[in-house]
Amino acid sequence: MNLMTISNLTHWFSGLRAVTDFNLSLKKGELVAIIGPNGAGKTTIFNLITGVYRPTSGQINFEGKELVGLPTNQIITSGIARTFQNIRLFKELSVLDNIRIAQYASVCYSPLEAIFHLPGFHKEEEKIRLRSMELLQIFDLEDQAYTISKNLPYGQQRRLEIARALATQPKLLLLDEPAAGMNPAEVEHLIELIQMIRKQFQLTILLIEHQMRVVMGIAERIKVVDFGQTIAEGTPIEIQKNPRVIEAYLGEEESK
Amino acid sequence: MQYYVQQILNALQVGSVYALIALGYTMVYGILTLINFAHGDIFMVSTYIAFFVSTLLLGLTHHLPPLFTFVATLLAAMAGTSLVAVLIERLAYKPLRTAPRISCVITALGVGLLLENFMVAFKPIGPDSRIIPALFESRNYSIAGVTFSTLQIMIILISGIAMVLLDLVVRKTMIGMAMRAISWDKFTVPLMGISVDTIISITFILGASVAAIGGTLYGMAYSIDPYMGIRIGWWAFISAVVGGIGNIRGAMLGGYILGFIEIFTPVFLPTSTYRDFVAFSLLLVLLIFKPTGILGKPAVQKV
Repeated sequence: MNLMTISNLTHWFSGLRAVTDFNLSLKKGELVAIIGPNGAGKTTIFNLITGVYRPTSGQINFEGKELVGLPTNQIITSGIARTFQNIRLFKELSVLDNIRIAQYASVCYSPLEAIFHLPGFHKEEEKIRLRSMELLQIFDLEDQAYTISKNLPYGQQRRLEIARALATQPKLLLLDEPAAGMNPAEVEHLIELIQMIRKQFQLTILLIEHQMRVVMGIAERIKVVDFGQTIAEGTPIEIQKNPRVIEAYLGEEESK
Repeated sequence: MQYYVQQILNALQVGSVYALIALGYTMVYGILTLINFAHGDIFMVSTYIAFFVSTLLLGLTHHLPPLFTFVATLLAAMAGTSLVAVLIERLAYKPLRTAPRISCVITALGVGLLLENFMVAFKPIGPDSRIIPALFESRNYSIAGVTFSTLQIMIILISGIAMVLLDLVVRKTMIGMAMRAISWDKFTVPLMGISVDTIISITFILGASVAAIGGTLYGMAYSIDPYMGIRIGWWAFISAVVGGIGNIRGAMLGGYILGFIEIFTPVFLPTSTYRDFVAFSLLLVLLIFKPTGILGKPAVQKV
């Protein structure tokens, strides 16, 4: 069964076609990568899925529900979470609070309970705190729980962003260049981490990545986009041999 | 000595009201970077809601216990004013959320004028000033030459409690955390599954509610009229700026500072007409030396 089906997704930015007729079906549990040169429209696809932009045309079906037109927060609560190319943590909040705020939607205490510190409030707060600490433990960040997140080293900030995305309890995780700016050792660690959370949280993952080590190492299927259009699709091995992909990445061979 | 203690008590009373209104300015600014210039008039509306509800309750043939009428009036004013504030936000400010800030500021001024003139034109209200009927018996006490009334003590205490609760909500709850998060990064907040619209509405509700507490108490102590929101609104706005706009505790501090200026100006200067001069001078001097206000943090612009 398909978890998400994107059909004929097209998006114009005032005359510039950022995404053209993009199609994608994601099966439950799959890990699919989208690759392509800078400016190919990859992040735009993420922004369209999460409702940051409303597509010019096309449908996005998630578990039988149409996402196009829904506000972002409802798309997130229906089970999609994402990370960002340029880290977007709440820099002034502690590591723990970054995780806690992502669980906002699942909090059921009322403002009145919060004001008067009623038992329901404490119980919920405690549950959230425990779940947050568990997540931090998985990501090896529990010692930093009370650190203000802007003071974390870069690699840990990237990990925290993934942890925060998981705190919204998604079925589908969108990772936007998670390995950007990481050194080779950190990249290896990230690959292990993605594989581990994928199993543990039964995630379907859609990944945008430039580092081929990551893409070829973990993706089951790859889609290659260039100038908003899908130019190739297949397994990592097929993609590596595809002449159109080589062209897009290495430039056209000079015509004789 | 007694004279000064007396004046301090008066300053706390006036300052409480300014602080309660200043909170509304500062919270809306914190979350939307919008100076809601209609907020002083929202405060005025709250006094009229309190006036009509209390008149209605006291007019009933069956006499209700004073505590009940007082609490019911207070809650009705809070609920009614919240409704007005949320309507204003949805109808006037929300469509302008991506517009330039200046459009919003002008709209806010327009909404203020609308509220004032609607109240004047609306027959049951009109331009005359009124007094909220006494909801409980306010007695005067005298201790060591210092006179104070039940009402005065209630104003200071209830305002204080409201401010402590509000401070707790903003600092300790998820709602407060979401409010702060929106002020830093509006883009990421919905991606946490949080509805920005809901949090903005809650902010307006909180601001209107504390203003309504101030309005009800104020209306029991002084007369009310449709233009009262202008001067009080300006003073509360200065309070928020002096304390550091966007900062909750700053707004409270600023409110009390302005309360002391109002009461102590005639003590040290020939007449009370100098009080606006003193208040605005303080604002000017502060804007020169500490533009972010007393408790405000300097905004570091990244280049």
